[in-house]
Amino acid sequence: MQRPEPAEAQVSLTLTVIVLALIAFAAAVMGRSRAMASAGGDARTLHSLPRYYATNAALTGLVPALAVLAVWAIAQPILIDRSVTSTFAADADAPLGMGDVRRVAEGLERAVGAGALAADEALRLEAGEGLTSLLRDLGIATGSAIDQRTLDAAQSMRAAERRGALIRTLVVLAIAAAGCAWAVSRTNAQFRARNTVERGVLVVLLAAACVAILTTIGIILSLVFNTLEFFTLYDPVDFFFGTTWSPSFGGGSELGILPLLWGTLYISIVALLVAVPIGLFAAIYLSEYASPSVRSVAKPLLEVLAGIPTIVYGLFALLTVGPLLVSIFGPDGILGVGWMRGGTAVMTAGLVMGIMLIPFVSSLSDDIINAVPQSMRDGSLGLGATQSETVRQVILPAALPGIVGAILLAASRAIGETMIVVLGAGAAARLDLNPFEAMTTVTAKIVSQLTGDSDFNSPEALVAFALGITLFVITLALNVFALWIVRRYREQYE
Amino acid sequence: MTDITPDAAGPVAGGSILAEDDRTKKRNAAEKRFRLYGLAAVLIGLAFLVTLLTAILGNGLSAFTQTAIELEVELPQETLDPDGTGDRDAISRVSTFGYNPLIDAALVRLVEDAGIETDMSGADLRKLVSSGAAAQVRDAVLADPSLIGGTQTFEVFASGRVDGYLKGRVVREDLARDKNLDAAHLDIVDVLQAQGTVTRGFNWNFILGTDSSDSRPEQAGIGASMLGSLFMMLVVLVLALPIGVAASIYLEEFAPKNRLTDLIEVNISNLAAVPSIVFGILGLAVFIQFAHLPQSAPIVGGLTLTLMTLPTIIISTRASLQSVPPSIRDAALGVGASKMQSVFHHVLPLAMPGILTGTIIGLAQALGETAPLLLIGMVGFIASNYPDGFAGGFVDPNSAMPAQIYEWAKRSDPAFYERAWGGIIVLLCFLAVMNIIAVLLRRRFERRW
Repeated sequence: MQRPEPAEAQVSLTLTVIVLALIAFAAAVMGRSRAMASAGGDARTLHSLPRYYATNAALTGLVPALAVLAVWAIAQPILIDRSVTSTFAADADAPLGMGDVRRVAEGLERAVGAGALAADEALRLEAGEGLTSLLRDLGIATGSAIDQRTLDAAQSMRAAERRGALIRTLVVLAIAAAGCAWAVSRTNAQFRARNTVERGVLVVLLAAACVAILTTIGIILSLVFNTLEFFTLYDPVDFFFGTTWSPSFGGGSELGILPLLWGTLYISIVALLVAVPIGLFAAIYLSEYASPSVRSVAKPLLEVLAGIPTIVYGLFALLTVGPLLVSIFGPDGILGVGWMRGGTAVMTAGLVMGIMLIPFVSSLSDDIINAVPQSMRDGSLGLGATQSETVRQVILPAALPGIVGAILLAASRAIGETMIVVLGAGAAARLDLNPFEAMTTVTAKIVSQLTGDSDFNSPEALVAFALGITLFVITLALNVFALWIVRRYREQYE
Repeated sequence: MTDITPDAAGPVAGGSILAEDDRTKKRNAAEKRFRLYGLAAVLIGLAFLVTLLTAILGNGLSAFTQTAIELEVELPQETLDPDGTGDRDAISRVSTFGYNPLIDAALVRLVEDAGIETDMSGADLRKLVSSGAAAQVRDAVLADPSLIGGTQTFEVFASGRVDGYLKGRVVREDLARDKNLDAAHLDIVDVLQAQGTVTRGFNWNFILGTDSSDSRPEQAGIGASMLGSLFMMLVVLVLALPIGVAASIYLEEFAPKNRLTDLIEVNISNLAAVPSIVFGILGLAVFIQFAHLPQSAPIVGGLTLTLMTLPTIIISTRASLQSVPPSIRDAALGVGASKMQSVFHHVLPLAMPGILTGTIIGLAQALGETAPLLLIGMVGFIASNYPDGFAGGFVDPNSAMPAQIYEWAKRSDPAFYERAWGGIIVLLCFLAVMNIIAVLLRRRFERRW
């Protein structure tokens, strides 16, 4: 095993950024003065305003330097990890615990930086009992006792990081200086600085717009990689078609998604049964029958229901609606039927989710009903129909595609809802028709599997990613379907 | 021509058209019923709202008061500073374990002075006060060692059960199986309350204090989580607003009609409909696993919430930019501005009120999000320390208000349920303020073009 070279001073990232800022500022001043000088002191002969020359000089150096810095900051840890793993774990049979290696390296670096440990002392450390207690004193927590190989790997990682930081600083500052110098040298009165700066700003705007694409790519990648890893540990057919959900720590878990999908579906159906009639009739009343003053009061009040966070609804389900339903349907309840044993059930969560969805359905339907042209209403009323007959026979059929789209969007929202079901629907995964039983959903299980105690690479934790991608695909499909229905069947009134 | 079968008892045949026939009566009755259904639906919706608010206020307002007991604690020098040096380190070596007997003695004295006859020992009586009382006395002594040797009056929190008794949550029948308190304790509390030693006052500690462990619901506070939420919102504001406005400007003003633009627009409308838990998975995978940011830190929560809020801000900013009439842009171009200058100097300032309103509403939605925060580590985390320093506030593990409420709702002691409702009231106050500011801004700065 080689010993690492003597430690160089760790160049901090903050220092690099400060020097970059100084270079940019200096370039800006130089650019501006050079432009003014070439115009003979008269700003009117310049192509662009003087500040564009300053901005151009600064940004030409700053933007490439920052881009290289960002890429380096992302790539350096990956490359160092890979090289340490290949050097120290290639010829051994036991895997190298990279988490421990990283923690020891970071901890030693921190200790040297804070002065708790001298730099050369840190290099001379030997593995053994003394080392574990020393690390504990320095505040470094490690999973297991540190062996010599882990220590060597950590020291090598430290040295590589220092080398990398030094080279990074030099490269980034060189790029900045070169860019600024080139920009300043190009500056004269005819140079079209404003156009260059504006092209640069356009690129920045495009990059901001691409953040949306990056987010989607990020979601898909993070789901797909972990799901594929899950499917190497657990049979996909058992996952998609299994009817039992019982994870267990020691292995031998049965992870079938069907009970969870059933729970999700059942709760969403109950929620829609509550939300759609109330929301639709409320929308019809507010748009057709209500006076403007009533509408101006009732509509914002209904919108308040939409603005309440779902954790509030979850707590409401757990602590108010659940006991209330038990007092009605439970063994000692008013009806004395004994259908409901506990407060958490499909009925509870479905009811509260329905309350949450009322403003969603109501405002979407309201928009759609208002979009039906007045001429159709007038024609129907002119033929002698009452207002309710107009709504039932003319307006609703005309608005039907939009209303179906709204219902599908509400269903998609109900399927993706987490807090209400986590608190109000219980944790038991079962395939049951009784709405007074506790039944859990896909989202509740994602939360419980990822926040439990299981080791992160076990099937019990990775199944959450498989559940996540299933959920993502279902909600995406529902949304696309809703949009397609609206677009396909929408009447164009003109 | 349509086939009209003349009605035998036709509408005008021998009668006034003002006399309703059966069919018309049925239709009118159906009309009235339909109207009633609509009104009933609106009223049911409003009734749900009223029920929700009543439940919140009824259950949560009591969290803002807390029972306290006035104790005169003797601070003898032999126990607290045996060497008599007054040295801070020596005094701090006496742990809260050493302060408990002092509290016991104070309680015994209090009970005797009140004229209550009881054979309870001091340790039994200590169940009346919060287990944090010893820490409170110790902190006071460490802050001012000159108190040693005298007697100091402290207002300590009563224990969770006593507090529940005075708020009506705990009744005597429940205590038969309770190991913390029994009926004799409650009798003592009744007498002390009549004398005024036991009082209920406004609980500032709930708003400003930190969370506490399972056994001390009376000490739990939402202050640390409020700070965590604040730091998260700062991150969201600093990141989501510039990126969102920049993206909207590009899509609205500069984007050519090509496949890339279509792809971006489709992505934005899809992201607006993705469930929040998927964003939590994204945050876990990218920010914690890949980038190794600290778990449960506000910066990770802020980054995740930024990605969630971005579609909302983009959609509302685009609407504001669209509402600026084209004449403004044309006039700017006519005076000689470039396209970029016309956007940044003319269109953007005019669209700013709408952008701000949309941002505030987006921030309000982000404030109430819980599911993504649970996945990045905020579940099971007890926010028992304030972050030190401004930079520490971003990277030190902390909780956020919705996650804290969820955490309290999961605990077994019903006193924590009351705290959860109280936390909801605090959260809803913040949301109400933000929404009112947004509405006021919109009303004040809205322009009708």
